[in-house]
Amino acid sequence: MAVLVFVEVGEGKVRKSSLEAVAYAHLMGGGVTAIALGTVAASELESLGKYGAQKVLHVADSKLDQPVIQAYASVLAKAMQDENADVLVLANSSLATPVGAKVAIKAKASFASNVVELPSTASGFVVKRSIYTGKAFSMVEMKNQKKVIVLKKNAAEAKEVGGTAQIVPYSVALSDADFATKITATEKASGDILLPEAEIVVSGGRGMKGPEHWGILEDLAKALHAATGCSKPVSDMNWRPHHEHVGQTGVKVAPQLYIAIGISGAIQHLAGVNSSKCIVVINKDPEAPFFKAADYGIVGDAFDVLPKLTEAVKSMK
Amino acid sequence: MKILVCISHVPDTTSKINFTDGGTKFDTNGVQFIIGPYDDYALARAIELKESIAGTTVTVLNVGLADTEPTIRKALAIGADDAIRVNAEPTDSYFVASQIAANAQGYDLILMGRESIDYNGGVVHAMVGELLGMPSLSPVMKLDIEGTKVKMSREIEGGKESVEANLPLVAGCQEPIAEWKIPNMRGIMSARTKPLKVVEATSSDKTVVTQKFELPAPKGAVKMISADNVSELVNLLKTEAKVL
Repeated sequence: MAVLVFVEVGEGKVRKSSLEAVAYAHLMGGGVTAIALGTVAASELESLGKYGAQKVLHVADSKLDQPVIQAYASVLAKAMQDENADVLVLANSSLATPVGAKVAIKAKASFASNVVELPSTASGFVVKRSIYTGKAFSMVEMKNQKKVIVLKKNAAEAKEVGGTAQIVPYSVALSDADFATKITATEKASGDILLPEAEIVVSGGRGMKGPEHWGILEDLAKALHAATGCSKPVSDMNWRPHHEHVGQTGVKVAPQLYIAIGISGAIQHLAGVNSSKCIVVINKDPEAPFFKAADYGIVGDAFDVLPKLTEAVKSMK
Repeated sequence: MKILVCISHVPDTTSKINFTDGGTKFDTNGVQFIIGPYDDYALARAIELKESIAGTTVTVLNVGLADTEPTIRKALAIGADDAIRVNAEPTDSYFVASQIAANAQGYDLILMGRESIDYNGGVVHAMVGELLGMPSLSPVMKLDIEGTKVKMSREIEGGKESVEANLPLVAGCQEPIAEWKIPNMRGIMSARTKPLKVVEATSSDKTVVTQKFELPAPKGAVKMISADNVSELVNLLKTEAKVL
């Protein structure tokens, strides 16, 4: 089975979620070709070989430094055809998911997003999808010969298998219609760890009592090399920006460790964190429903526990 | 301007999820169905545009069986002018997108939520755009119309992007694009008589088939640690959970 993997580049670097996608494709067996668009260092592309890519197509068109969904979809659909790929694998992101959907239409492929593990090919081609915002799974048979799969975080571990990849320049003629949406500005919190990709997330709720108290939460996040998140009321009150809102209608995270401070644990918040490997809840109310969903809990005041926890983390290292 | 708002009919966010018939059917017992929360944002923005741009009409569309009609009537009560129900079960993203595309001729703006909160595909807008040859964008947090130009703000990982495109356009919406609207008594009364057209699904082959549903494995009991012994937590995270 020939598999094409979309490798997403951010600020000239391959995103970690894309390494997971390459590793996933490698585990599917068969040939793995990766494709990267826009400006990126050759050393970054060569490193994809270590995760299982045999070939890397590189479209070095600076017009593609901007993540224009339609143009990316046109390139990938053509590459799928040229490479005779049966399956296209992408890691979920605000760019990759719509690109995958558009490629599926162009290539007349079966499409599945939120895929959480390797396909089962014992009878047909069946993938497991996360549904109801992490509250259930569905087993979905992809019937068409061509398939487009968008992975949820942690569908495969980005593990080095120690190969080398050949880098091949590639180009596709694009039309004006491919650039019908124009990105006029991008605002990004620079230098921070991206919340959807973070391995550790420290989140605060109303129990933090106000935006001026976020310093002690950020101290812990810094000590743990973690991203910071928040509950919906906190972003609704503008204590924190909307892109930090974790929950049903915000960012869904899937870190190794999720630490919730002063968050009661409404079902809508749990929906955003239920894919976390380990959940720690710190709340002064012993009846907070979040404790039922936690692995470890501390009943205590955030302003007392947080500084002590930060110190304990620092002294461990 | 003609606006089409596509709405999903989904279990309320607080619903307990269960399946019956050997994991092949969703258990609707005790479940309250609502307009998808993201679709509600799309509808609210459409109504705001109708109020600010003269001659604008808002049509709602739902792909669903007859039991979704109370949800459609609620959208009419909120302020949509008329409705279309495509009489079919919304089984997967591609099927729903192809039904929407088959009924979306002549609209300048097609809005919907960023995703439905049942199957979480998050791609119907992108597929509808592709099927109709229109640009599409999601998740859109701000959408303003100046003539035929649409100015949007879209959430991306760790930030946002400002994007411009021309009508016609498809957008998947999320907060804070508009404030949710609550139907008033006049809206509820008038919704009863607003036109709701039922159309049959166009024959569309299923490209994916759901075989069965599963629930996640139950979670073990929480381990409580004293607030005076925080270093014990760090120790457990390191040696037991192995996440540090």
